[in-house]
Amino acid sequence: MIAAMDLDPLTGFLAASLRVATPLLLAGIGETVTERSGIINLGLEGAMLAGALASAIGASAYGPWAGVASAMAAGALVAAGFAACVVFVRVNQIVAGTAVTLVCIGLTGTIYRRAYGAAGVGLSLPTLTPISVPGLGNLPVVGPVLTQPALTYVAVGLVPLVWWGLYRTRWGLGLRASGEAGPLARAAGVRVRSLRFWATVFGGAMGGLAGATLVLAQVGTFAEKMTAGRGYIAIAIVVLGRWHPGGVALAALLFGAATALQFLFQSLRLTVPYQFFLMLPYLLTLLALAGVVGRVRAPAALAAEE
Amino acid sequence: MSESVLELCGITKHYGPVRALRGADFMLRAGEVHALLGENGAGKSTLMQIAYGLIRPDSGTMVVRGRPGLPRSPRQARMRGIGMVHQHFTGIAALTVAENIALSAGSEMRPGVLRARVEQLMTRVGLAIDPAERAGDLTAALKQRLEILKALAGDATILLLDEPTGVLAPSEAKELLALARRLAAGGSSVVLITHRLEEALTAADRVTVLRAGRVTLTGAAADQSAASLTTAMLGSALESAPVRLRREAGDRPVRVRCIALDMLREGSHGLALRDANLTVQAGEILGLAAIEGNGQRELLRAIAGVLRPLRGRVECDGPVAFIPEDRTTEGLIPQLDMTHNVVLGVGRVAAWVHGWRLDWDSARERTGALIREFGIRASSPDAAAGGLSGGNQQKLVVARALERLPRVVVAENPARGLDVQASRVVWERLQAAAANDVALIVHSTDLDEILEWSTRILVVAKGRLLHVPADSSRGQIGAMMLGEIPADAP
Amino acid sequence: MMRSGMVVGAAALLVGIGALALGLQLSGYDAGLALAALVRGAVGSWYAISSATLVRAVPLILIGLGIAIAFRANALNIGAEGQFYAGAIAAAWIGLHLGGWHPAAAIPAVWAAAAAAGTLWIVLPVWLKRQFGVLEVISTLLLNFVAESLVSWMVQGPLQEASRIYPQSDPIAETARLPLLPGTRLHLGFLLALAAALIIQYVFRRTVWGFELLATGSGPKAAQVSGRINVNRVATFALLWSGLFAGLAGGIEVGGVSYALFQNLSPGYGFSGIAVALLARLEPLGIVLTGVLFGGLEAGGAAMQRDAGVPSVAVYVVEGVVILVVLLAEAVTRQVRTTVALPDAEADPT
Repeated sequence: MIAAMDLDPLTGFLAASLRVATPLLLAGIGETVTERSGIINLGLEGAMLAGALASAIGASAYGPWAGVASAMAAGALVAAGFAACVVFVRVNQIVAGTAVTLVCIGLTGTIYRRAYGAAGVGLSLPTLTPISVPGLGNLPVVGPVLTQPALTYVAVGLVPLVWWGLYRTRWGLGLRASGEAGPLARAAGVRVRSLRFWATVFGGAMGGLAGATLVLAQVGTFAEKMTAGRGYIAIAIVVLGRWHPGGVALAALLFGAATALQFLFQSLRLTVPYQFFLMLPYLLTLLALAGVVGRVRAPAALAAEE
Repeated sequence: MSESVLELCGITKHYGPVRALRGADFMLRAGEVHALLGENGAGKSTLMQIAYGLIRPDSGTMVVRGRPGLPRSPRQARMRGIGMVHQHFTGIAALTVAENIALSAGSEMRPGVLRARVEQLMTRVGLAIDPAERAGDLTAALKQRLEILKALAGDATILLLDEPTGVLAPSEAKELLALARRLAAGGSSVVLITHRLEEALTAADRVTVLRAGRVTLTGAAADQSAASLTTAMLGSALESAPVRLRREAGDRPVRVRCIALDMLREGSHGLALRDANLTVQAGEILGLAAIEGNGQRELLRAIAGVLRPLRGRVECDGPVAFIPEDRTTEGLIPQLDMTHNVVLGVGRVAAWVHGWRLDWDSARERTGALIREFGIRASSPDAAAGGLSGGNQQKLVVARALERLPRVVVAENPARGLDVQASRVVWERLQAAAANDVALIVHSTDLDEILEWSTRILVVAKGRLLHVPADSSRGQIGAMMLGEIPADAP
Repeated sequence: MMRSGMVVGAAALLVGIGALALGLQLSGYDAGLALAALVRGAVGSWYAISSATLVRAVPLILIGLGIAIAFRANALNIGAEGQFYAGAIAAAWIGLHLGGWHPAAAIPAVWAAAAAAGTLWIVLPVWLKRQFGVLEVISTLLLNFVAESLVSWMVQGPLQEASRIYPQSDPIAETARLPLLPGTRLHLGFLLALAAALIIQYVFRRTVWGFELLATGSGPKAAQVSGRINVNRVATFALLWSGLFAGLAGGIEVGGVSYALFQNLSPGYGFSGIAVALLARLEPLGIVLTGVLFGGLEAGGAAMQRDAGVPSVAVYVVEGVVILVVLLAEAVTRQVRTTVALPDAEADPT
């Protein structure tokens, strides 16, 4: 893990929160668009992993931004396969998503070992260096916190963009209508299947981008199964954020913070077994889901097999 | 103006042995309100659904403003300027009013522009709804307004209104009819599908009456009277004749008792049923006459034990069998075979259940016997229930309900969607059960069916049970169902 | 139904292996070499069959049976991996303390502890679903990761071996270990798995409860209204039983194979179990077959890794593809069936 630098614990904690939240936010925003159209994509974890591997391969060949592009393409491809099964043949979305993730775990593990051998790609990967916001870079706390790799700013910028797309465009209206009532939307002339397909592909591309963030902006290398369930957490984050881009952003930050607690405790020299910090995000997700779900309305046509 | 904007000629449509339309003709003139009148099942909705592209007729032609051709889908109909307002809500509940209108109209999404267009539309038509309100939260009357706005936003100049006043209170209905006249005055042409004479007489310019799939009358509304319309609708002046029921007097044991029953509306707020008191004796067929949404569903389901009462009690002496309205989602499991479905419906009291064991051979045998007894057309007890026709499915549902050896049978629309023959079989079975000391409580949307088979009738209107006086006429019962309670009601 | 299921299953398997071969070739491996190693490792010798394939089949069959119970009621337990680990933790812990017992008591004790732990591990998702409507798919899935972290902590902390060198527990007492078939590594758990399959087959086919599971899963509304079945309760019990079986699988793995707890005890049995159950169309006796099949795949995967350098996760590709093919085949036949016109029904006009 790229350790927090010589910062005081609080600043380090905040910076780490934002950094850790980024992949969750990217995948979460993508999945929000997918679920708003009525599809739940459990293959997001697979898309993220595929994106992670693709980013490592792309980056080691042509540099970090090529890695980013490859990651998005890989994630989109995985999601397209899933979407084809689910939108056009109408198989059970949940089981299909799980299967897609299984395939991705298998493929990425195999390809990775072949491409890089037992030693792995190591730390020789060109990564994305943090950029500071011009003008704010020198402020005491805000400066270091807002010195993040470019992808973090992309993620943050996506939030208002997706919000605008969902609520202020004709395309977004059709998407939301598809997610609420497919047959009614179709009767009103909306191309439901096409929208659902592309919404899912978009979600996959974002998942891939999240994978790229993990590799190129956090860990610096690829490892088998490195996503460790972040794709599933992203899905839970969508629920917590009530399928709204702003809410999803907040929920992602919450999780970033929960995971970053680890570093805070470390730098405060508190000895708690690290495994409990590993468990924390998942438990927190469950808790939050319990607190939220009952009072929240999902898109009415989500996961329906109409 | 007397040019025709919509013309249907020689439309026929049949569903199996049932002839829904037999060479019906219809002509709508520009700028008029034209009432399409008829009893339930006369074919009025079918005719207009054909005009809207929802159904393909077996034969016939259609001309819209001089251009011939039948629409093959609602989209095509809309492109020719035809809009339909259905009896059920077709808006998307989670979206706002403005968004629903935008979806239908294909208009701009920028909030300023959208709001302006929606407000423009509302003032032009004289209808106001809060554009930012969630469509699902609207009342029935407002939902209907939204439906009309949606049709108009889609540039419809021919509006087909399907039984619009069915869910409205009398004052709201008056407003709706006034709106129809306003729209016609403004250049649109409106078809008002209804089974109520008064609406045709007061709001329409011209009237066409359908009976059993044929046009029996068409002409200016001003030239018609209640009597002439009734004759056209029913074939004779039956409307005012007293209804004759098969009465069974006598002191039979009470099988069902409802005491001060209050029921919550399923799926939304408010009381569906208020202070209902009821007794049903063995051998009775109690018919509930009611329009949808007045509480009869909650009453039936409370007696069947499917819904729990909010207040009050239901007492049933003996096993209760329930025949739900929707046989494909609540009655049968279509992908399982008939034997499985019979086992499902009869439950733990069946002869083939021994403690925790199920004797499938015995169940299959009995299912085969039921198939023969009830004349169900199926290859074997192993055939999937979903593959049966509607009539046969319903026979299966009734067969297994009676297999429970119930003392009480509760039925929601037992002959829904069935042709004449299948309907008769079902009702005769129910009647035979009554002869065997079973108490039956039945609801049907077809008032004639209830009148034909019941031994006693109650009206459920606006959540209250109304006793029907002995010599009430059909018209009076209809009035009670609409909530226009006669002065001497309890 | 069984026959067409087997055809689909066989086809799915072929497609899966084909996909694997293609993937291997494209990645630059020698697919022929790899597949040969796969086959050899699975069925190439008596030892391979008894001590590699069948041994790996045991947890797959048990987990598959549990999943079949849940899926039959349309309750989607994706957390078998975590429940497996919960059972393994319980088995390791109690197994360390049973030195003075007789095997006839120790072995069932271990099994009971493991089964209880697996059930407990799914209780939280069940409760969250009943109380708050949380989708069991997500909650069971998330707890997988929690279980893995728990194992990690256990083997580096409370349960770590006395010498504190490796992250693993001390071996469990001799009396708690399962007897083996002489000359092989095949343990008693295999018989238990077979017995369980027979019992569950009976339950599905001939009991009221088995029918209620089916009704709840295929038509919950009809089950509730016409069948007077409490579908919530049925689904709850289905989930609890499925957790029990997964936990039991973990306990048997500890008692019969590893004799200790350590990380990565499961090479993904919790997910492979889903493929095992689906491929067998949720039929218990079929699950024995598919369990053995996937046990062979896993054994072959280990051999592939040894002999051809292919990472064992490659078999996940086969499993995932198999699930997808089965799903697609079912969906396509469903669509074909519903477009066959019914005599007096009218096609949906929308």
